[in-house]
Amino acid sequence: MNLYGIKAIYLFEMARTWRTIMQSIASPVLSTSLYFIVFGSAIGSHMAQIDGVSYGAFIVPGLIMLSLLTESISNASFGIYMPKFTGTIYEILSAPISAVETVIGYVGAAATKSIIIGTIILVTARLFVDFSIAHPAWMIAFLVLTSITFSLFGFIIGIWADSFQKLQVVPLMIVTPLAFLGGSFYSISMLPPFWQKVALFNPVVYLVSGFRWSFYGVADVDVGISLGMTLVFMLACLAVIAWIFRTGYRIKA
Amino acid sequence: MKPLDSPQIPRPSGASDPIIAVTGLTKTYASGFQALKKVDLEIRKGEIFALLGPNGAGKTTLISIICGIVNPSTGTVTADGHDIARDYRAARTKIGLVPQELTTDAFESVWATVRFSRGLFGKPPNPAYLEKILKDLSLWEKRDSKIMTLSGGMKRRVMIAKALSHEPTILFLDEPTAGVDVELRRDMWNMVRALRENGVTIILTTHYIEEAEEMADRIGVINKGEIVLVEDKHALMQKLGRKQLTLHLQNPLAALPAGLQSENLLLSADGMELVYTFDTQSRDTGIAGLLRRLNDHGIDFKDLQTSESSLEEIFVSLVRGRS
Repeated sequence: MNLYGIKAIYLFEMARTWRTIMQSIASPVLSTSLYFIVFGSAIGSHMAQIDGVSYGAFIVPGLIMLSLLTESISNASFGIYMPKFTGTIYEILSAPISAVETVIGYVGAAATKSIIIGTIILVTARLFVDFSIAHPAWMIAFLVLTSITFSLFGFIIGIWADSFQKLQVVPLMIVTPLAFLGGSFYSISMLPPFWQKVALFNPVVYLVSGFRWSFYGVADVDVGISLGMTLVFMLACLAVIAWIFRTGYRIKA
Repeated sequence: MKPLDSPQIPRPSGASDPIIAVTGLTKTYASGFQALKKVDLEIRKGEIFALLGPNGAGKTTLISIICGIVNPSTGTVTADGHDIARDYRAARTKIGLVPQELTTDAFESVWATVRFSRGLFGKPPNPAYLEKILKDLSLWEKRDSKIMTLSGGMKRRVMIAKALSHEPTILFLDEPTAGVDVELRRDMWNMVRALRENGVTIILTTHYIEEAEEMADRIGVINKGEIVLVEDKHALMQKLGRKQLTLHLQNPLAALPAGLQSENLLLSADGMELVYTFDTQSRDTGIAGLLRRLNDHGIDFKDLQTSESSLEEIFVSLVRGRS
């Protein structure tokens, strides 16, 4: 195990986070704060409670999830896309470091950053709305698991992308709609029956539902299924990454 | 290993151990382009090996495969006895690579980037060693500068520092002096020699024949994906080198006398010089006979000089001859 190698990649990526602190951390925090002001305070005060939870508190888990998804994907995809773009990936490829170790370095750093952002948003939200966390251990578990899973997904996108446009297109065109339609701002039980069935094909539904359960003990789908679906998605990402490194797809001629 | 003056001198023991052994290596890219056709090559421990070849000959592909950046289609490579695929950790730990393109990070400091490289190659931190490398490469003053603020020559040196950061015993330099000014080129040559004295095996590719001529112990020529020849530099120059003897005459000659007519002997246009071309390898160079015959014809000369063909001429004739 090349522990020094993992540490080198991890610290290199974290250094990038600190260097771009405004863009990395301040901007997601600011945009989430705006959501809380608009949806939580302004609109939320005119909304009925959902499952016994005030609307402002109801959207907290969803908003954190939304940031985790987009941040995990963009951090991890950018992290591996840049060395490909500048050509410095030659050094990673020529180093005595395995695929697993490389992924731990890049994905570990991206997930760390997401967890930091998620935590900051959680604290920020507390300034706007009053909420409690029913299952803190599960809350942390979902936070970490989601960050890792979507950082893996971002890593795949970073390998796949061969232009900056492609790098942006998946988060923008696929993940954002799925996140918005995944029950971040509402319970899917509020949807007509047909659309409730459709929503079950959206993986984000399970993440938001499970995460919300860890806060308030209420969920759209069973928490076991939420956890299972997250793990399934994680395994799917790992399988794709294993395939990427076995074939050298887009990184090795 | 000191450069050998003659192939007859026995090699020092251990000098012929291959530190890199390439066997039956081929590479066909997805586009169908066959970059390497069954390459066999052995690099000896401690030597400076120059790989010469025109653009697109397969130099960079060969190096990229050995370093793990490109997958081979068929064939095997071992580095210091370790198979580069099966035992890649051990093999790659030994190897440092300075690629042709100036590919560096932009926002990192020089110090951060060499520390990163060392860690990536699995070595524990050693600030004293990295300090020495940066000082040797005249980069110590710039250690806190962002790489993007450095000049091209300095970036090149940063890449060398990165390649040396994990104390490799085999160093690949892919066109190290392309686009580098004369002074820096001299510095780099000196650095390469110093590394070799410390036991590092160096493989360099170059377009500059003078560089190979100046630096290399052995020379390999690659053309269209095939190794055309591998030879001790001196032996190569002796074997393929043709020498010319130029005689500056006392009095101009209108034409060569009948008894001196030969395809090897030419008279210059002004009739003041005779140029005789001969093969250094042949037993009888014919110089003695020529001088005798000149004497018989009463032709006096005031000066004479010999010149050897350069590696460049050898190289051009080789590549042309096989294409």
